[in-house]
Amino acid sequence: MAIVEAPPPIVRKTALNAVHRQMGAKMVEFNGWDMPVEYPACGGIIAEHMAVRTGVGIFDVSHMGDIRLAGPEALAAVQHISMNDASRLAIGQAQYSALLYPQGTFVDDIIVHRLGEDEYLLVINAGTREKDFKWVSENTHLFNCKVEHLSDDFTQIAIQGPKGVNLLQKLTDADLAAVKFYWLTRGTVCGLKNILIARTGYTAEDGFEIYIPADETTSARVWNSVLEAGKEFGVVPCGLGARNTLRLEGKLPLYGHEISDTINVWEAGLDRWCKVEKPEFMGRAALEKARAEGVKKTLVGLEMVERGIARDGYKVLDAGGREIGYVTSGSPAPFLKKNIALAYVPPEHAAIGATVKVEIRGQGVKAQVVPTPFYKRPKKI
Amino acid sequence: MSYPTDRKYTKEHEWITPDGTMGITHYAQESLGDIVFVDLPKLGAELTQAKSMGTVESVKAVSDVYAPASGTVTAVNGELATAPEKVNKDAHGAWMVKIKIKDPGELNRLLSAADYEKFVSEEAGH
Repeated sequence: MAIVEAPPPIVRKTALNAVHRQMGAKMVEFNGWDMPVEYPACGGIIAEHMAVRTGVGIFDVSHMGDIRLAGPEALAAVQHISMNDASRLAIGQAQYSALLYPQGTFVDDIIVHRLGEDEYLLVINAGTREKDFKWVSENTHLFNCKVEHLSDDFTQIAIQGPKGVNLLQKLTDADLAAVKFYWLTRGTVCGLKNILIARTGYTAEDGFEIYIPADETTSARVWNSVLEAGKEFGVVPCGLGARNTLRLEGKLPLYGHEISDTINVWEAGLDRWCKVEKPEFMGRAALEKARAEGVKKTLVGLEMVERGIARDGYKVLDAGGREIGYVTSGSPAPFLKKNIALAYVPPEHAAIGATVKVEIRGQGVKAQVVPTPFYKRPKKI
Repeated sequence: MSYPTDRKYTKEHEWITPDGTMGITHYAQESLGDIVFVDLPKLGAELTQAKSMGTVESVKAVSDVYAPASGTVTAVNGELATAPEKVNKDAHGAWMVKIKIKDPGELNRLLSAADYEKFVSEEAGH
């Protein structure tokens, strides 16, 4: 009998990998990608987080995936596989959405961009790229549209923070003031024509994501130009560490933590983006049934009252010490200067102000259910 | 980084002086990044060499601190509860606890400054 050995895991690199290393980034493996977690020479996670809240920070998010659907039935295909209502999108508009299994749980959460009359771009997570593409292909083959996996075509750079608009405007002819949050445009960026510029991000802050050709030379040139143009605004390169604390303060879900193939839309509290009034979409029937039955667990925000930091996977206990739930993401919040967490608990423990405990190294440490998002950016005007 | 020669070091990145003052090393604080939480034993606690005596947390990670020697805790640096970042700023000055060392012979099992420096340069080279 032949013994088949599993191939060694291949760690993938973005086109900016060498640039991160030159900048002294601390690299980690994340979902099969060799990515910067922080840039100690530029101040580290806390400084990076604060730069995005108060100025501007830039992220290499090329590990994110992209799927394009184009053709006469592209809208119908997108409507079938996603929970938000893509028929409401104007050309140049984007929306948060999710791909669901028939049981109403998550394949992935996505951003749907309407690029043209019959053209949509789904931006998907790094760790679910192959699964998502397979899922989208298999579930749209009855529609008259072409499905392409474009993940390796783009270097995606996120320019995030209140000064992001000022920074990017120096490098493009596109009128960024005319692009509203969750809208997109095309323009020349650093001399590259017809670049997709979306006013989106994963930091709970204003910002842009640009999609440039994935070759190393172009990627490095644009990255360095953005850093150079951002000097006057105190731009800082940011890693996955700050990306995580920023999204946590804004209660933006992370696949495998707040959402997964065992958690449904109602439990995750993503009702706002799930349009059950749409005629049909995958997962809808199960979700209507689940809604009628009521949820057994619900996602809440916790703030530590006693000294301690809740971490992913820690148990949540009731006042008597009985296990009632678990932490999905927990961390110190650098901008709020509190220790915060997201956790699943039964609805009877989910009221704002309710006291629970988080088990930290065998000790029940007091925490309180608080309103979410923990952080909301100040609205202009 | 040159490591002070007035103390001994563990492979788990703690330091201890002959009079029983201890903390974590510069290499440890650098690997951890921004330190936001330090949890230390109480006065009078009995420590056992190489067993966990507390934790240090950065934004991203939780790390155990191991007792470099066995003994009784005679002083705790309470300042680190409110200013844990002092460990980042000066790891070899920001002591954590002082202990009454039970068996000075245990220190012979620890590394000298030169050996520790060699050890971390190899670890960092991986």
